[in-house]
Amino acid sequence: MIEIYFGINTTYLVVVFALAVCSLMSLIRIILGPTAPDRVVGVDTVNTIVIVAMIAFGMAFKEVIYIDVAIVYAFLSFISTLFIAKYLEGGEF
Amino acid sequence: MIFDIIIYAFLGIGIFFNVLAGVGLLRFPDVYTRLHAGTKCTTFGSIFIIGSVILIGLNSWWTNDTNGSVLAIHSAFALIAILLTNPVGAHAIARAAHRSGVKPAMAVVDQLESSTPGKTTKKKTKSKKKTEEAGAE
Repeated sequence: MIEIYFGINTTYLVVVFALAVCSLMSLIRIILGPTAPDRVVGVDTVNTIVIVAMIAFGMAFKEVIYIDVAIVYAFLSFISTLFIAKYLEGGEF
Repeated sequence: MIFDIIIYAFLGIGIFFNVLAGVGLLRFPDVYTRLHAGTKCTTFGSIFIIGSVILIGLNSWWTNDTNGSVLAIHSAFALIAILLTNPVGAHAIARAAHRSGVKPAMAVVDQLESSTPGKTTKKKTKSKKKTEEAGAE
């Protein structure tokens, strides 16, 4: 779709792999986390890294629709984070 | 040539800060310091990685292809979404953690605890009202 030479796209695949390693480190924190807010912090970090990885993936395979999915995923993860924080805080909604 | 160097520099800075976020999440001792690492570093790294995508889209739009405009503008919207939602979520998590009773590790002074009344006093007043009502009935 977008005509760019070959080297940039494989570079973005390497970027996606490095971001997967970062999200694995956050997954270790989610598993090991002593309290509930630690796990919420890990989930928030994984969400942000997944958004960036979706954009790099769309750049690597020359598809713009992955970036639209990333925009919607950003707002949905924001809403889920706010609701989990409100649940941890306690009290009425 | 200079454009390629700029793209690779942006990608290197972005991956470096995202790896720093992962290492900070693993190594820091506390909820609040982990939040500090996991939010700021991913925001700064995502600015540079999405910025490189925006630069490639703008370059493709400038040279030959109008499809690069779609790539650049949608990536800019995703970046704006991340920049708007990430600090607000971090603030909500920090406030919820403090109100749910998680104390900062190795902290000498907790000024938020002394300055704000918190949830416990509200619960006490509510329970007092309930007991008064029960006594009246």
